[in-house]
Amino acid sequence: MSILKKTGEEIRKSQVWRSIFRHGPPTTHRNRAMAVASNVFLHLHPVKTRTSGVRMSYTWCMGGITFFLFLALTVTGILLMFYYHPTADKAFNDIVSLRQDTPLGIMRELHRWGAHAMVLSVWLHMYRVFMTGSYKPPREFNWNVGVVLLLLTLLLSFTGYLLPWDQLAIWAVTVGTNMARAHPVIGHEGPGAELLKIGDISLVTAGSDIRFALLSGRFVGEATLLRFYVLHCIAIPFAAVILMAVHFWRVRKDGGISGPM
Amino acid sequence: MEGFKHFLNALSDPAIFLTISVALFLALLKWYRVVTRPQIAGAIGALMLAALVFGAMDENLVHNALGKPDNIPIPLMLGTVAFFTWLSLRKAAINDERAEKGLPPAEAEEGSQKVYTWPDLVFSEFVCLLLVSALLLVWAWQLQAPLEPPASASKTPNPAKAPWYFLALQEMLVYFDPWLAGVVLPGLIIVGLMAIPYIDPNPKGNGYYTFAERKFAISMFLFGFLILWVVLILYGAFLRGPNWNFFGPFERWDSHKVVALTNVNLSEYFWIHWLGRPLPEAWYIREAPGLLLVAGYFAAIPPLLAFTKLRGLFQQLGFVRYNILMHLLLFMALLPIKMVLRWAVNLKYLIAIKNYNV
Ligand code: HEM
Repeated sequence: MSILKKTGEEIRKSQVWRSIFRHGPPTTHRNRAMAVASNVFLHLHPVKTRTSGVRMSYTWCMGGITFFLFLALTVTGILLMFYYHPTADKAFNDIVSLRQDTPLGIMRELHRWGAHAMVLSVWLHMYRVFMTGSYKPPREFNWNVGVVLLLLTLLLSFTGYLLPWDQLAIWAVTVGTNMARAHPVIGHEGPGAELLKIGDISLVTAGSDIRFALLSGRFVGEATLLRFYVLHCIAIPFAAVILMAVHFWRVRKDGGISGPM
Repeated sequence: MEGFKHFLNALSDPAIFLTISVALFLALLKWYRVVTRPQIAGAIGALMLAALVFGAMDENLVHNALGKPDNIPIPLMLGTVAFFTWLSLRKAAINDERAEKGLPPAEAEEGSQKVYTWPDLVFSEFVCLLLVSALLLVWAWQLQAPLEPPASASKTPNPAKAPWYFLALQEMLVYFDPWLAGVVLPGLIIVGLMAIPYIDPNPKGNGYYTFAERKFAISMFLFGFLILWVVLILYGAFLRGPNWNFFGPFERWDSHKVVALTNVNLSEYFWIHWLGRPLPEAWYIREAPGLLLVAGYFAAIPPLLAFTKLRGLFQQLGFVRYNILMHLLLFMALLPIKMVLRWAVNLKYLIAIKNYNV
C-alpha cells in the first residue's frame, strides 16, 4: 500500500473527517445515497436521477451553468463592493483603480463577462426547456418561476450597467429608462397620463411618474446611482435567490428532470 | 474583395436581410431532417466561422461593432444558438424517424434506468463547472472590460446603443412609439412566455425532442426567438449607425448621412392620396380607417380562424384560452407587419392620435 493511499485512509478515519462526512467512499449503494442525503448542497438533487436527464446532450447543462455563473457573480460582486462607492464623484475613479491598483485586477472583468455569459446561458436554458417540451404538465409553474428568473437576470444586467458611471453606462441607462416616460397612464408622456388629474392639476408629471420613481429624479444622476446600486447588489439578488430555491425545489417535486413518460 | 463587400452591404438592406432570414428559417423548418445531417450542419457551421473570420478582418466592421468588447458575446451567442438549434432539431429528426417506425423516442431507450447523483451526476456537473471557469478566466484575462470617459450629461454619444441583449427592444423603437415598443410589447413578451404552458394543449413532446409532434408550437417559438429576437439584435448591433440610420456591415459610419424622412400616416394615404380630399378635422373620422383596420385585425382574425383552419385548436382550448393565444400571436405578428409596411410604403402610423400612435 502506497504512502499516499495510507495517508488518505488515516485522514478518512480521523475524528475530524468523520465529524464532517458521515459516510464512506461512494463504493456502495448505501454510501452513495448517504452522500446526497447528508449534504445540504447535494440534497438539491434526488439520490438517483434518470439516466437520460443526466446526459449533457439533453439538458445542455445550461441550468447548472446559469446557477454556477450566478454564484461566481456573487463572489466577484462581493469583492468588487469592497472597492466601490456608489457616488458620482467616486464611482468612476474606483473602477479605474480596480484595474490599476487592486491585487487580482481582473475581478471586474470576471464580473462583467460572467454577467454577459449568464444572460446567454439563461436564454439557452429556456431554449432547451422549450425544445424538450419541459414546460408541459406538471412543470407549468416552474416554467413561470423561470420566466421571472429570466426577467431578474436581465434587470441585474441593466442595473449593473450603470455602476461604472462612464459614458457607456449613463447613456445606455438613459435610453433604457426613457421608455418609462411613455408607460401608459403612469408615465408622463404615455397614453392615458392626462386622464389622471384633479381639476387642472395633473397627477402624472415628470416629477411624479414611474420614471421618476425608477431614477429617483428627472434624469440619471447620483440618486439614480444609489438606487441602482441597492437594486443591483441587494434587492434583485435577494429576490433571485429565493426564486432559485423555489425553482430547484420544484424541479425535484415535479418529478426531476423531464423525460418521456 | 471590395465588390464582394459592396454586394454584402447591399444584401444587408433591412428588407432584403429580413426576407433572406425568413426564407432560411422556413427552409430550416421544411427540411429540418436534411439540414441537420452532420455533414450539412458541419458545412453551415464552417461557413459561419469563415464569415466571422472574414468580418473580423474588416476595418469598419471591427471599429463600429465587432471590436467593441461588450459585443464579443454576440458571435458567442450566434454560435451557441446555431449549435443548439442544430442539436435539438437533429435529435428531433432522429426521434421523428423513430416514431414513424413505431419506436419510442431515443430518450426512452434507457427507460426508467437511473444513475446515482453521487458520484455520476455530480461528476458531470463538476466537469461543466471547470470548463466554464476556464473559459471565463481566459476571457477575463485576455479582454479588458470597457471603460469610456466619465459620465457626462452634456455629451451625448451617437448612436447611444443599449447592451447587445436589449438591442431587439431598441430596434422595435424604430417601428413603434415608446409606449408600445418600450412598455407594452416587452411586457407582452414576458406575459406571452408565462402563458405558454397554458395555451399549448398538446400533450405530446413532453420530455423528449421532437418537431413533427409539435410543429405549430415550435415554429412559433422559433420564429419569435430566432427571427424577432436574434435577427433584430443583429440589426441593432451591426447595421445601425449614427442617428440610428442603417449602414451596411462593411460601410464606414458617416454621421452626416441624411436619410429623407418621408414617412406617411395611413390617414394621409387614405384621405389625401386615395380620396383626394383634405384630412378631416375630427380625429375619430380622420383615424377611422386605421382604427377599423386594427380593430378588425384583432377582432376578426381569431373567430375567422376558429371556424376554419384552427377549428380543432379552438375546441381544444376553449374560448378564453384560444383568444389569449391568438392575440399574443397577433401582437407578435404586428412587429414584422409594421416593419414591412415601413419599408414598402413608408408607413408611419396606422393610427395617429396624439399620444396613442400605433
Ligand atoms: C437564473 C435563472 C435560472 C437558473 C439558475 C435555473 C436553473 C435550473 C436548473 C439547474 C435546472 C435543472 C435542469 C437543467 O439544468 O436544465 C432547471 C430546470 C428547469 N428550468 Fe430553470 N433556471 C433558470 C431560469 C429558467 C428559465 C428562464 C426558465 C423558463 C422560462 C426555466 C425553466 C425551467 C424548467 C421548466 C425546468 C425543469 C426542466 C426539466 O425538468 O427538464 N428556468 N433550471
